Order: sequence, then C-alpha cells, then structure tokens
Amino acid sequence: MKTRAILSVLGEDRVGIVAAISNALAEAGANIEDIRQTILSGVFSMTMLVTVNEDITPFQNVQARLAEVGERLGLQVTLQREDVFRFMHRV
Amino acid sequence: MSISPEEIVETLTMVTQQNLDIRTVTLGLSLGDCVADSCDGMATKVYDKIMRKAERLVSVADEIARDYGVPIVNKRISVTPIAQLAAACSDADLTPIAAAMDRAAKEVGVDFIGGFSALVHKGIGDGDRRLIDSIPSALATTDRVCSSVNVASTRAGMNMDAILRMAEVVREAAERTADRDSIGCAKLVIFCNMVEDNPFMAGAVHGTGEADAVVNVGISGPGVVRAVVSSLPDDADLTAVAEAIKATSFKITRAGELVAREAAQRLGVQMGIVDLSLAPTPALGDSVADIIEAMGVERCGGPGTTTALALLNDAVKKGGAMGTSSIGGLSGAFIPVSEDASMVAAVEAGALTLEKLEAMTAVCSVGLDMIAIPGDTAVETIANIISDACAIGVINGKTTAARLIPVIGKGVGDHASFGGLLGAAPIMPVNEWAGTKLARRGGRFPAPLNSLRN
Repeated sequence: MKTRAILSVLGEDRVGIVAAISNALAEAGANIEDIRQTILSGVFSMTMLVTVNEDITPFQNVQARLAEVGERLGLQVTLQREDVFRFMHRV
Repeated sequence: MSISPEEIVETLTMVTQQNLDIRTVTLGLSLGDCVADSCDGMATKVYDKIMRKAERLVSVADEIARDYGVPIVNKRISVTPIAQLAAACSDADLTPIAAAMDRAAKEVGVDFIGGFSALVHKGIGDGDRRLIDSIPSALATTDRVCSSVNVASTRAGMNMDAILRMAEVVREAAERTADRDSIGCAKLVIFCNMVEDNPFMAGAVHGTGEADAVVNVGISGPGVVRAVVSSLPDDADLTAVAEAIKATSFKITRAGELVAREAAQRLGVQMGIVDLSLAPTPALGDSVADIIEAMGVERCGGPGTTTALALLNDAVKKGGAMGTSSIGGLSGAFIPVSEDASMVAAVEAGALTLEKLEAMTAVCSVGLDMIAIPGDTAVETIANIISDACAIGVINGKTTAARLIPVIGKGVGDHASFGGLLGAAPIMPVNEWAGTKLARRGGRFPAPLNSLRN
C-alpha cells in the first residue's frame, strides 16, 4: 500500500540535514515526490511530499526512523498523512 | 506540491502552539441486547459487551493520531441510557451496572463512559426512578462513569417533580463525595433537550435512534480561534471577526471529519457525527473566555459578553457546517467555569457571576457548566437554578444543561479542585432568595407555543 504524506523539518541550519533525511527515506523505501526548502534567519525549513511504500516499511516505522534522525540533528521532524492538509485547506 | 508550505506550517502551528486537538473519539454502543431479569445478570452482560466492542478503540484512536499528527486527547464510550435496561429488572440499587461500566472502561482504557442516564422530561417510570435513586452511590463508588438526566424538552415542557428530585440527587452526590470536593457532581449533568449523539462528557448517551455502534467525534480548538481573533487589527469590524472565526472553524472541523471517517472505517462501525464544540481545558490559552476577551470584551462576564459569545457560537457552527455534512451533538461553545483558566480568573476578579452565566446559556452550546457553589446551598435553590436553565432551553428550542457542584464544607472564598481536565474553581456566590415555594410546587411546566415568538 502506498501512502502519500507530508514531511516537515524545522530547526537550526547545519551541514547534512537534507542528506540525513533523504537517506532515511531511501532506506525505508519512501519516494520523494516534491521538495521545498528555505532558510529564514538561520532557521532551516523544509517540506516534502513523499510516498511511503508500506509494503516495504509501515508508516509508523518510517515515522520512528525520521524521529531518530530529528533527535540526532536537533530538528523537529514531522511525517503526517497528506489527507489531513487536503481536508483542512481545500473545500 | 498541491499543499503550500504556508498551509503546512499553519496546521503544525495549530497543533504545537495553539492546542488544536480532537477532544474525543467516542464510541456509542447500544446495550439493547444486555437486558436480563436481574441487575447482576445485566451488569455481566454490559461488561462483556463493552469489552467485546470497545477492545480496539484506544489503539485505533492512538494510531490515527500518530498517522495524521493531530492529537486525540480522549477516548470515550457512550451507552444506551441505563434506565431503559433497568425497567426489565426489579432491583432497587442499580450501582452494580455502574460498577461493571467502570471496570470495563478501565480495562479498555477509556477515560470516561457515559450513559448512567434517564430521560424523564414528561414522567418518571419505575426504572427511571430506581436509576435516579442509584446515581449518588454510582458516582461515589466509580471513577469513570458519567450520569445524565433529561428533565425538560421543548415538546414536553419541564418535569418540575424531576427537577426537584435531581436537585436532591445533586446534593446527595455532593455529600457522598464530600472528601473529594464533591467530585460526584462533576460527573452529573441535568439536561433540557438532551441530544442522542453527544460525544462529550458528562452528558454522552447512545440514543434510541442510533445504530448498534457508531463513532462520534468531538473537535476542539479554542486556542486556534483565539490566535486568529488576536491577529486581527483592533479596528477590524465584527463582520471580519465572524468571517475569521468561520474560516478557522471550517479547518478544525475538517480535521474532525477526517478522524471520524478513519476511526469508523478502522473500527468497522458506522460514522456518527462530528460535534463542533469549542471545549476549553485548564491549559493556558485553551480558553473560550480568552476568545471573548480577544474580541474586545474587557473581562469575560462584563457587558458585551453575551454578544461576543453569540457571535462566536454562530460563526463556529457556520464554518463547521461547511466542513462536515454530519454535524451533530451539542455543537457550539462550551462555558465550563472550572475547565477554563480565564473564566476562573474572571470569576475571581468579580467580573463573571452566576446570573451572567445564565444569560450566556441562552446563546452558547449548553450553559451552566462546572460551577462550584457553596456546600450549604438549599436544595430548592439548586432546583430553581436548574429550572431557570431549562426554561431557557424549553422556550428557545435549544439544549441547555446544568452541572452544579455544591462543594460540601466549603463556601465563597474557598476553592475546589477536581483534577485533570475537570480543573479547579472558586466557589461562586449564589443568590440566596431560594424560591422554596416555587421549587416545591412540582407538576409540569406545560410545553410552550412555538409561534408568537417574542
């Protein structure tokens, strides 16, 4: 089963954030569909649209792996199913 | 990407900084098949049914919260009003059924279970009477069981005998739990025009018009609405305020709709309703009084409060009605004093009185809620406060309710603490002109005319 999700990353900018996140996603078999990233006053902000292949890695395991990366790099990393944004922001 | 980064950040901010949450996922269960000819036999069947049907409720709700990143604070169960089952047995004391509900609630991990209830707006049946007599004991000896009694409706009028009896029950429940600030009364609501699909406690029941099992979802988010109102310029007119509240209400309702659909599907039961209530918690900023003050009332309870609350209540419903086709429950803004830190502050400042809360009852979701009053308040006074709340509901065709807590051994100037989401409150003064003669008249307040509406 493929589940579309939004990944958001927020925190202090440093070397290797995109690499670490992308790596964790690749290892979990999740595909990055779209990516947007900016740095505002030194704060790193990235949102990604990803497709999680739950046949390879269940959604909650992907969340757990990303949480580990977030903890290691001191970032707030959130993976949420995409529907919640679609429901809340589209009529 | 079809979702903009700003929209993503807005949702995250709602959750992380403005206390947006799904307040409750409530599983409504029919206990129609738990009838037996003895109270103990019924208690066993009730326990077994709840254990069987609600086994996965908590784990499924937690799973959904993780998947969507929106917290689901409470998982609850509502059941068929127990008085309807009680008619089949002849036991005087129905506490064993409440004990079975409590035990099952603890084992499946829900924080409250509602439905130790009766509907007596027109007359009191034998089963109803035994249930009402058992309420003080049931609330004193259980932790998670909630009770509610409907004493009035627009179609039937007000059952004044039931109102007086419920005032006595409130008093008895307070006395039975005097060592815990009379917390028994925090789990007892007296209703006018009770709804059958309310997911919020203490008044949740699973009505007779419902399917065997349904999921009802209660959404919240006073903090989100306050943040939006606060961000408007001071000279924004009320049309702009209403528009901003409406748009926000739409978004939080959509989160509720999504959770309700998912929960129903994963639990394999019917989706019931989404209740769009702004329900405050004692957490800082999660307050309906804060919204009223952000709208420009100097202190909640001051002149203008009823106007602000009426606009808030209406705008929340308008936005919510766009967000779901399954609007139901109580839907509106709750004003539970002890559960709202800024409402407590308004009481302490002398800005918010019981009489103003009664006026607010006319335009909010339900009304007199979580109000601590002196422990020596006369039964007749309590009865008349209840009947005043009911009169507003009966005449205006809306749900109203009273959850009053006469805190035994305490008076004005003291505080009562109920713990957790129930919060803490100062004891509010009560108008001491009891109206004993009126309260003791009994009989029925006839059903009102529904035309000639002035």
